[in-house]
Amino acid sequence: MRALRSVGELDAARAALRDQRRLDRPCITICSGTGCHALEGGKVYEAFEEELRKRRLGDRIGLKPTGCRGFCERGPIVVVRPQGILYQRVEAGHVPDIISRTVLKGEIIEDLLYVDPTTGEKAVAMGDMAFYRGQERVIMGDNDELNPGDIWDYIAIGGYGALGKVLTKMTPSQVIEEIKLSGLRGRGGGGFPTGRKWESCRLAKGEPKYVICNADEGDPGAYSNRSLLEGNPHKVLEGMAIGAYAVGSSRGYVYVRTEYPLATKNVQIAIKQAGELGLLGRNILGFGFDFSVKVVSGGGAFVCGESTALMASIEGRRGEPRPKYVHSVTRGLWDKPTSLNNVETWANVPLIIERGAEWYSQIGTIGSKGTKVFSLVGKINNTGLVEVPMGTTFQQMIYNIGGGIRDGKKLKAVQIGGPSGGCIPSHLMGMPIDYDALTQVGSMMGSGGMVVMDEDTCMVDIARYFVNFLKDESCGKCTPCREGLYQMAEILEDISAGRGTGPQLELLQQLADVMRDASLCALGQTAANPVLTTVRHFKDEYESHIHDRKCPARVCRGLIKYSVDPGKCTGCGRCLKVCPEDAIKGEKKKPHEIDPARCIKCGACRDECKFDAVLKV
Amino acid sequence: MVKIKLNGVEAWAQDDWSLLDAIRFYGLNLPTLCHHDGLEEYGGCRLCLVEVEGGSRPRLVTSCTHPVWEGLSVRTHSKWAVETRKLVLELLLARCPTSKTLQDMGAKMGLTEVRFKPRYEDCVLCGLCVRICKEQMRSGAIGFVNRGEDSDITTPFDAASEECRRCGGCMYICPACQSRCEGPRARGVLCGSCLSPSPTCLDAYDDVKCYMSETACGTCIGRLQQGGTRRSESDRKE
Repeated sequence: MRALRSVGELDAARAALRDQRRLDRPCITICSGTGCHALEGGKVYEAFEEELRKRRLGDRIGLKPTGCRGFCERGPIVVVRPQGILYQRVEAGHVPDIISRTVLKGEIIEDLLYVDPTTGEKAVAMGDMAFYRGQERVIMGDNDELNPGDIWDYIAIGGYGALGKVLTKMTPSQVIEEIKLSGLRGRGGGGFPTGRKWESCRLAKGEPKYVICNADEGDPGAYSNRSLLEGNPHKVLEGMAIGAYAVGSSRGYVYVRTEYPLATKNVQIAIKQAGELGLLGRNILGFGFDFSVKVVSGGGAFVCGESTALMASIEGRRGEPRPKYVHSVTRGLWDKPTSLNNVETWANVPLIIERGAEWYSQIGTIGSKGTKVFSLVGKINNTGLVEVPMGTTFQQMIYNIGGGIRDGKKLKAVQIGGPSGGCIPSHLMGMPIDYDALTQVGSMMGSGGMVVMDEDTCMVDIARYFVNFLKDESCGKCTPCREGLYQMAEILEDISAGRGTGPQLELLQQLADVMRDASLCALGQTAANPVLTTVRHFKDEYESHIHDRKCPARVCRGLIKYSVDPGKCTGCGRCLKVCPEDAIKGEKKKPHEIDPARCIKCGACRDECKFDAVLKV
Repeated sequence: MVKIKLNGVEAWAQDDWSLLDAIRFYGLNLPTLCHHDGLEEYGGCRLCLVEVEGGSRPRLVTSCTHPVWEGLSVRTHSKWAVETRKLVLELLLARCPTSKTLQDMGAKMGLTEVRFKPRYEDCVLCGLCVRICKEQMRSGAIGFVNRGEDSDITTPFDAASEECRRCGGCMYICPACQSRCEGPRARGVLCGSCLSPSPTCLDAYDDVKCYMSETACGTCIGRLQQGGTRRSESDRKE
């Protein structure tokens, strides 16, 4: 590839691509995100390749692996263009049929279409699906068209145009002003205004300055940063280059967690390609601006998502946070001014520059602008990555986009913001999702994990799960976080095992307050959120665990008992066979019995029983 | 020099002082565990927390790592700060009931109860030994391993380190190596012997076991003057 030496050359190259990559050309796109890949999307791609080769259609019909489309539950997803027909759960066996019927004849294969679980209607294109209709995919939308391994795909849809605009028409302070005007706030969860961060970094003394992309997304259930970096690495890199120009930096790092090999690979390919085209590296587009990016693979610690711990990790030290009384924009990586932003924040930057702060600030609420990508997961019909404008209500998220609760159960709570977030009860579902509203109810935006929980979820058990997660992930540097989480886990263990006492509940709250006030970094300061919010909104559940020794959702093993309903039991003996502890006794065709002393409450018998004869109380 | 407000009174502090330096310069006492004048600040034990006003809302900060600046307003003994410090110490004592340093601090701060499950670990993870080894002895023979509740301090791969010169600096500086003052009746997690009206150590030992400061800590005498016997309260509980 020949390097592009000016914005004119970039524009010319883009114009040349326009004809070649027209969207009305027949093309088969296959999602190659992690979700679809896990569902054997790779095999489907190979099958298409093979089939097109066999039928000698390779030059007439395009075939393209794309980034994540967000509807991971229904993967692998195949979209046939130009009609835009979306097939879900495609297997390699469907491939010949898709080519001969849909690609060549334009017929629709009904069996592969998505069926709405609530209305029963079939959807042909993305726009027909409630899941996509409720979204505003200004960031994620590009994933559908791009092959993440091909920089020309990104350039064809206008990629690196924002960088060209910044270099030709804007001064660094104008860029900062534009970002400030847009109202963009950090998407990593804290929600600090990005423009202000860049300004402090620009004004800070010290050379060189650094920009860092934080891709150490570790919240259980969250994978939006991953899909963005895997599906559209150039957008993130372009954002970083613009940010570097604004703060006066020439070196950047992308810190990707080791568990994201595809993201690491794709971003490395992207850096290499952009370097070859002169869009990164020395003298970018002939403007004398240098910016090079390195990829750093994470060390496998959740706490390295915290900015100062992340910097320590890049420096090759133990991933431990340091006190932030002097901010990292003044003294960050190697004690130099550093601007660290989340993957999604960086991805928003080219968009703001390209379409203007005014356009951008029209999306969202007064305090929170733009869109936010959420990983909508849990007991919900449509799970996947969802991008909505800030201020969308939980109600809209769950019932319109998510298609309601699975199996017609009742909604109990939504856990948002990862392990350090909070549980929001069902009666608050009308509230808008933005930074300030979430803080008010004791939760936070986090990196966008959204776990929907139904009536079968025990809130004490949920708190226990998250506290145990954080206990294992705490770095152990400061006392309140290390010891506090250990003791908190012990108390929750007691409560869920039926050994809890009233004073323990009080101590739990006291401990939670101290952890919030006294911990060193955000991990410890927010670690008590799952406990604080569940105690605040679901105190009755804690009380029935402690005082009545009962788990209302019948989840906590220490407080439930399995028994056989003699009226329903036919004596088939299935439960007897699956019981791992031989706790069930009974003769054939006579009601069985469970020996409570041997029962370990695994629930295998209940799952196995065809007659609903095993009771859980 | 910058002017700060210390418990409502104006005070001068040198630019390069930490908040803890300033507080100690004016004779106020704050407990510390991971701080040492000769070593870099760590900010891990969280015992030197003080309340800082200003900004959008008051906050608790570790005074050892917090710089001083013009107009900084700090309250060292607000209810919030004192009670938070106390609970942090309670957590440390639950981890390490055998540390005499912690037991003495508990007595000094009026801690009468440890409500958490005792873990009987030997190390308080203050990191002083790691820092003295690296910063003063220029060695780096020991360091932290694992994380969270499994954190530990050891040599690489738990094997005898070639870097170690057996200088004993780590043992010298360790606040937990001393064995706990058993007192005549230290049965629970908390020793609390110093809280009884008379120096009970001499009833059981030939030497005074209280090394809380160069002079006597005075806690026991203070209790005597108040006529209160906090000890008897805990007796009833036992």
